[in-house]
Amino acid sequence: MKDALLSLRGLTKAYPGVVANSDISFDIRAGEVHALLGENGAGKSTLVKTIYGLVRPDHGTMTLAGQPYAPHEPRAARAAGVAMVFQHFSLFDALTVAENITLGMENPPPLKDLSARIRDVSDRYGLPLDPARIVGDLSAGERQRVEIIRCLLQDPRLMIMDEPTSVLTPQEVHILFETLRKLRAQGTSILYISHKLEEIRALCEHATILRLGKVVGTCDPRVTSARQMAEQMVGGTLQTPARAGNVTGEVVLEVKDLSAPSPRAFGMALKSVSFAVRKGEVLGIGGVAGNGQDELLLALSGEMRVADGMVQFKGQPVGRLGPTERRRLGLLTAPEERMGHAAAPDMSLTENALLTGAVREGLTANGFLNWGKARTFAESIIKGFDVRTPGPQNTARSLSGGNLQKFVIGREILQRPDVLVVNQPTWGVDASAAAAIRQALLDLASKGAAVIVVSQDLDELMEISDRFAALNEGRLSALRPAQGLTVDEIGLMLGGAHGMEVAHVAG
Amino acid sequence: MIRLEKRAQPSRGWTIATPIIAVVATMIAGGLMFAALGKDPVEAIRTIFWDPLFGPFASYARPQLLVKAGPLILIAIGLSFGFKAGIWNIGAEGQYIMGALTGAATALAFYPAEWWIIFPLAILAGAVGGFLWAMIPAVLKVRFGTNEILVSLMLVYVAQSLLAAAALGWLRNPEGMGFPGSRNLAQWAATANPELIAGTGMHWGVVMAFLSVIVAYVILSRHMLGFSIRVTGQSPRAAAFAGVNPGRLVIVCMGVSGALAGMAGLFEVTGPAGQISIDFNVGYGFTAIIVAFLGRLHPVGILLAGLLMALTYIGGEMAQLSLGLPAAAIQLFQGMLLFFLLAVDVLTNYRIRAARREVA
Amino acid sequence: MDLSAINPILLVASLMVAATPILLAAIGELVVERAGVLNLGVEGMMITGAIVGFIVATATGSPWIGFLGAAAGGAALSLLFAVLTQFLLSNQVATGLALTLVGLGLSSLLGQNYVGIRAPSVPSIHIPVISDIPVIGPILFQHDPMVYVGLGICLGVWAFLKYSRAGLVLRAVGENHDAAHALGYKVIRVRVLAILFGGACAGLGGAYLSLVRVPQWTEGVTAGAGWIALAIVVFASWRPGRLVIGAYLFGGVTVLQLNLQLVNVPIPVEILSMAPYLVTILTLVLLSAGRGGAMGAPGSLGKHFHASS
Repeated sequence: MKDALLSLRGLTKAYPGVVANSDISFDIRAGEVHALLGENGAGKSTLVKTIYGLVRPDHGTMTLAGQPYAPHEPRAARAAGVAMVFQHFSLFDALTVAENITLGMENPPPLKDLSARIRDVSDRYGLPLDPARIVGDLSAGERQRVEIIRCLLQDPRLMIMDEPTSVLTPQEVHILFETLRKLRAQGTSILYISHKLEEIRALCEHATILRLGKVVGTCDPRVTSARQMAEQMVGGTLQTPARAGNVTGEVVLEVKDLSAPSPRAFGMALKSVSFAVRKGEVLGIGGVAGNGQDELLLALSGEMRVADGMVQFKGQPVGRLGPTERRRLGLLTAPEERMGHAAAPDMSLTENALLTGAVREGLTANGFLNWGKARTFAESIIKGFDVRTPGPQNTARSLSGGNLQKFVIGREILQRPDVLVVNQPTWGVDASAAAAIRQALLDLASKGAAVIVVSQDLDELMEISDRFAALNEGRLSALRPAQGLTVDEIGLMLGGAHGMEVAHVAG
Repeated sequence: MIRLEKRAQPSRGWTIATPIIAVVATMIAGGLMFAALGKDPVEAIRTIFWDPLFGPFASYARPQLLVKAGPLILIAIGLSFGFKAGIWNIGAEGQYIMGALTGAATALAFYPAEWWIIFPLAILAGAVGGFLWAMIPAVLKVRFGTNEILVSLMLVYVAQSLLAAAALGWLRNPEGMGFPGSRNLAQWAATANPELIAGTGMHWGVVMAFLSVIVAYVILSRHMLGFSIRVTGQSPRAAAFAGVNPGRLVIVCMGVSGALAGMAGLFEVTGPAGQISIDFNVGYGFTAIIVAFLGRLHPVGILLAGLLMALTYIGGEMAQLSLGLPAAAIQLFQGMLLFFLLAVDVLTNYRIRAARREVA
Repeated sequence: MDLSAINPILLVASLMVAATPILLAAIGELVVERAGVLNLGVEGMMITGAIVGFIVATATGSPWIGFLGAAAGGAALSLLFAVLTQFLLSNQVATGLALTLVGLGLSSLLGQNYVGIRAPSVPSIHIPVISDIPVIGPILFQHDPMVYVGLGICLGVWAFLKYSRAGLVLRAVGENHDAAHALGYKVIRVRVLAILFGGACAGLGGAYLSLVRVPQWTEGVTAGAGWIALAIVVFASWRPGRLVIGAYLFGGVTVLQLNLQLVNVPIPVEILSMAPYLVTILTLVLLSAGRGGAMGAPGSLGKHFHASS
């Protein structure tokens, strides 16, 4: 048995109203890939932030290579040899790769020398990256490489990775795992946070499972089944949604040769996207975020106007219509970002129900609002979709991610859409809420609506889609029946490449 | 170490309490300032806040309350629409001047006729003048994305130059013996905007201000336009998703505030001011910004804030006369009020907790 | 009207003087905005600097100590803004406006006994040989030292942002404060320092008006210069080099309209005095039309930062 590199003993951290971590103890050994498993809200990120010096524990101690370890800021953690690859919010779009990397280093060399070292490390680990490029122009996979190289340049003893594969194509995941195995072989420890069980089984030799802030189990994932781990994670048995069988009726929504520039800085333009969905069908659109998903949603919701014929609803051109007119016709959408896009965080649930429900639910008359009716509508969403909240007068912000997502999806489903387009419907949602949302989408389709699900989660898409297509760099692949698609085929549809040479790493 | 913690809901109690705390804090800080100027702080505060209502000269001062509050409320109500939506019209002062100019010019074109239609026409012209002046930043913002704060503010300086040009040139009273300033509109029956009920200070502008409070209240709480304004201010992307056209909203909000400011200017020039003169404007357009915030952008709040601010104007003038308090001290006092309000505002959305030092 | 009465050499030379107050205020605001903070109180900080500088200069007899006092005064007022926006999380737009209102009130209160007094004069430099070069000498090398201090600050800011690590951190904080926080940088500390620098620069700009350009104290002496400085930061796309060009452009417009007023061009004085403001608006329009919005604006500009964990 190898020595422990990092030992956690009795770590506890409470926030008002919630104990995020409660008496957490485990060891990470030198040169192992250690998985930290748990649902959203299980306390993974608080624990990781504690290790990285962003959060101070209320109780408990840490030991790093035999020395007491209590970083009071990330700088101290980095100095001690602990590095972290974040899932979100840690790159500066307007700065270059080299500038981004130097910001994350303690004693950075001059930029010129650093660029040479970046090239050196990226060659060694098979992660091609040009130090002079502006980060905002990079793909999600390339952005992650920036973070990884930033960590590697500091020769860390422990590298923390928070959901690193959520933004990668299968091929990119493969490359990442090769890199991580090389690191392990050199004696670097990796704390790998994920809820994707198959990945953990393929990569890690030790796993610690968290639930509600406590350690509920440890195992060797190579010999434990995914189902066993999943049940430990959620503390119960999982329900998989029931598929009603695919009906294929007439075409309700057709997108023809849709091309449009992105309205955002560093966005992705849509390039000649074409597809048609039929009544009763679930169309899954896969692909890594940032490849035009948001833009496609904007073009379908009406927030971004396109040429008239590019979007056709029941044979009628609607490309120039705004969101309200499209809603009136029966084309409804639910964007990815819940807070601030699908819902206004500081407004009550009643007001948020009014946000999209005004037209179809008849919540206004001559421009005047019917608050009573709006409240009833909000209550019916809360009741029908098991939204946990004291009542519709509470703000959207006060709801947990999963509950708000149930509210958002429920709000659109209850308006009886003919076509519903949803983007990342279960992102950041706990397993039971995710299952409920998927089931609701399937039920909607079985009642004859067409449902388009845009998601990064391929497992989810395979589970609920009748047909599947991939969005890559603003282009949509041909639609294929979902049944019988293999992971390799999907990977090829997703384009895999992103300028990444697969052969290079295999060799 | 004190730490802020975001509340799940903005606190209703604090929403009402914070303006009161701000007023009290301003009285204390203002008192210290008056003391530093060598005045008796208690007497100064009493002169400003008490004497205009209940002091020996109250019968003169009380009507002034509505005279001063009228334009402030009217302009602030207009501004609150835009401010709620995150559209920053800082140039109400310019729109106020332009309203007065266009209104007065329209009326004077008919001089010396005595038709009753002239006054309504002048009101309309004033509203249109303010509206069009506000359309410059609005259209530029919608069409080109130009910053409306800077443009509307630059236009205040332009309007002031136009005002000077009018008072000295094209609107100068031909019978004024060469003195700058237009004919007196308050003394010409066709445009006079007199006190409607003796001893109250109530003139048509005040009536319009009260009306605007009621209409604004209905629109903001019960109409889709008000809902669109609130959603846009709180989360612009959610508003776009809901189908709000942001460009149209800019035009509407800027237009409403411009028209109301222009109207306020017209009522002022036909009533209390009487004529177009170089120093016709007294900063109502800027003070209305304080009124709008102090009233928490809520119509009823603005009504109360307008009255309070008017009180400090009148009380300030009395303090100037009786105590020799400099006019600038009153201006600073009003600025302090806004500052304190912004400072205590944090309590509405955040909870203050004593916490151990944390890396933050 | 006699256009030949305008001496082109003096015109260009006075352009540098006219541009300096705006340049000083704008370069400070540029740093503030690059750190992700929008301080609309430039006008208020400028005028506070103008009166504080004037008071200190007349009290000590030294304009240089006056400039130091002005910088301190501007920074002190900006500290209020910093406390409100960074610690009490107030709305930056509203707080900036409040700062301007307070600054205007405070300055006229402080200045009531200083109206009509002359400030100690600021000598122009004279370097033998260089200053005597015909044409170029009077245009470039016969000004008061503050003209060169202003340019020096711009040069320093440019180098700081481009080459220094602290400058990189400041840009990072302005671009994405959440990411900067996650990397362990002190977002609030960086911003407070930037705000103080901005306040000090605005104070210097104001003092330049009351001590050199006018040179005496009158109420409202800044007359919108602070707002023009804000516009110039947008004009410059947040880059110091373009900022100098922008400030000189506006200095040029101001000087030209003053000269035209002096020689009785048959254009009403009121129209001429509007010119700087109209040109500002026109430039803003042309810029935003050309780029479709605020290209190059720092990513976190105007957003408030609250570390939630």
